[in-house]
Amino acid sequence: MKLYEFQGKELFARYGIPIPKGKVANKAEDAIGYCSSSDLPVVVKAQVLVGGRGKAGGVKVISEKEKIKETVNSIWGLDIKGYKVEKLLVEEGVEIENEIYLSIMVNRDSERFTIIACSEGGVDIEGVAKVDPGAILKMDIDPLIGLRSHHKAKLFSHLSLDNPNIKYQIGYIADKIFNMSRELYLNLVEINPLIITKGGRVLALDSKIVVDDNGIPFLKDFEKFINNDDKSPQEIEAKEKGLSFVSLDGNIGCIVNGAGLAMATMDMIKHFGGDPANFLDVGGSSNPEKVINALNIITSNDKVKVILFNIFGGITRCDDVANGIKAALKALDISIPIVIRLTGTNEKEGVKILEDMGMETTTSMTDAVKKAVALSSKEA
Amino acid sequence: MSILLNKDSKIIVQGITGRDGSFHTGEMLRYGTKIVGGVTPGKLGRKEHGLPVFDTVSQAVAELKPDATCVFVPPRFAIDAVWESIESGIGLIVIITEGLPSRDLMEAKSYASGRGIVLIGPNCPGIITPEESKVGIMPGHIFKKGNVGVISRSGTLTYEVVHALTQAGMGQSTVIGIGGDPIIGSRFLDLLKLFKDDPDTHSVALIGEIGGSDEYIAAEYIKNEFGKPAVTFIAGKTAPEGKKMGHAGAIVAGKSDSAQAKIAALSEMGISVAELPQDIPELLEKCSL
Repeated sequence: MKLYEFQGKELFARYGIPIPKGKVANKAEDAIGYCSSSDLPVVVKAQVLVGGRGKAGGVKVISEKEKIKETVNSIWGLDIKGYKVEKLLVEEGVEIENEIYLSIMVNRDSERFTIIACSEGGVDIEGVAKVDPGAILKMDIDPLIGLRSHHKAKLFSHLSLDNPNIKYQIGYIADKIFNMSRELYLNLVEINPLIITKGGRVLALDSKIVVDDNGIPFLKDFEKFINNDDKSPQEIEAKEKGLSFVSLDGNIGCIVNGAGLAMATMDMIKHFGGDPANFLDVGGSSNPEKVINALNIITSNDKVKVILFNIFGGITRCDDVANGIKAALKALDISIPIVIRLTGTNEKEGVKILEDMGMETTTSMTDAVKKAVALSSKEA
Repeated sequence: MSILLNKDSKIIVQGITGRDGSFHTGEMLRYGTKIVGGVTPGKLGRKEHGLPVFDTVSQAVAELKPDATCVFVPPRFAIDAVWESIESGIGLIVIITEGLPSRDLMEAKSYASGRGIVLIGPNCPGIITPEESKVGIMPGHIFKKGNVGVISRSGTLTYEVVHALTQAGMGQSTVIGIGGDPIIGSRFLDLLKLFKDDPDTHSVALIGEIGGSDEYIAAEYIKNEFGKPAVTFIAGKTAPEGKKMGHAGAIVAGKSDSAQAKIAALSEMGISVAELPQDIPELLEKCSL
């Protein structure tokens, strides 16, 4: 789960990482109010769960009182890569002497936390990595050993720091982002830029935090940070119902058991010229309730012209799944065609249950997908 | 032969008295797995499927000397169950539980490394050496003894591929579901190395997906050192960027995470990639000639 910049900064504050003074506005008028009551210059920053705000015109400095209303209104409601700006962070302006890049992430390759640093901040770090890989320090930290003095020495050396006061502050921040990552199950903490002010203070000017979804149930006092703002209404409903669901653009609604098989089903639909409307893993359960929920979510999308079940009965028995489908179809009024692929454990029993109610089934994934694609391309 | 697991392997089940643990212990016993006992804290002296239950892994290890453990413990307590089996020195730890944070896996792996311990999972269907032993939750009847090794990041997609192999008369030496999480106990490369040294594994099917770089690492090894035919399938060509597709590790964050990039790279290295999972048996036959 991604956090907003202001949420990340709130966590920074909890951990003692210095941030500029600021306030979040949930209404344009509030943002204008905050700007008016602050010493200028202030910086207004669009709060969206996507990068590239600056280029999209979502970050602006206001130095004159007369420009406040106009500038705030120019950002409010802006569409940044599909995200509407409905929150603004208003922060004090700071005098920047130097900008640094600092982040820590869970590294899938090294299976360690990796600290990444660069003496140039506010940059596109992946771009720098391509052009000048030597400019970037990548340092693995064994989670059981933690961030030690020699790691910090390496960091200071790479950043060519000599002022003991600055070193102390950056070392302190490095400790804190490591502790945060460990304690809060964070996949990424990025400070870009981390700045040194003309007065010699080190501040986190931005924050990008990604929380490990599997860690969230273990976190205390974290409810206020949970947001679903990058999910569609269908995705939110699915999440509440315990289904794994992702919205897509096509017209074939998919209900599949297992994530890998669900992806392979979508891919096969595309392969045969169709377009999947969604990814949906109904899980190993044959609970009719889950099937009903899945069908409800899928049919709430008007685009869907056909529903495709792809069930490989493993431990889940096909007859249980068939009973689930039967109960769901009785409870719901579904007017679009349904294609069912059912194979695996107790396949014969499952097929019989569905055929007795007049449904057609197949045991072949390929046949089922081809049939669904054919039905989806018919004019309604 | 096979890798990691055979008919003589002695297994304990952690969380044996829980709903899933108990059910699958029954299924594993029916398949012929040599389960010798289990662990549930506070249940010492109880019998489950006629097998002894212990409070701690160390008691079970002292009494039963197991070769492997299968972890069904719920997420909140699972990582401690894993730590406990690492400390007790069990050689193979299969974690079925879903929902473990990456941090916990990184720590457990760091601790287990250098101790000669193999971790499989979490969030995986387990491991099976057909007609000998299974440790996990896969439906035993679709598997058939033979010479194809299978390694997969997915559960039901593995069954799809194995079913196709079995239908085509191609049995399997050992099949391992390594799980769909970002940090996993054993990766493609770790298991390919074991398959290389197994004389009964003549070829390998590798089922990958979007997210991470393990397919690239595996491909390098297959190309340069493996010495046996290998066929791959990569799921998720239609997955949109930035969305987690069920598995915690199945997410396209950068370009190299995408199925298209993986397929292109593997094909360029001369490794055959199946367009559809059902094509794997035919492709294996072709490259085994």
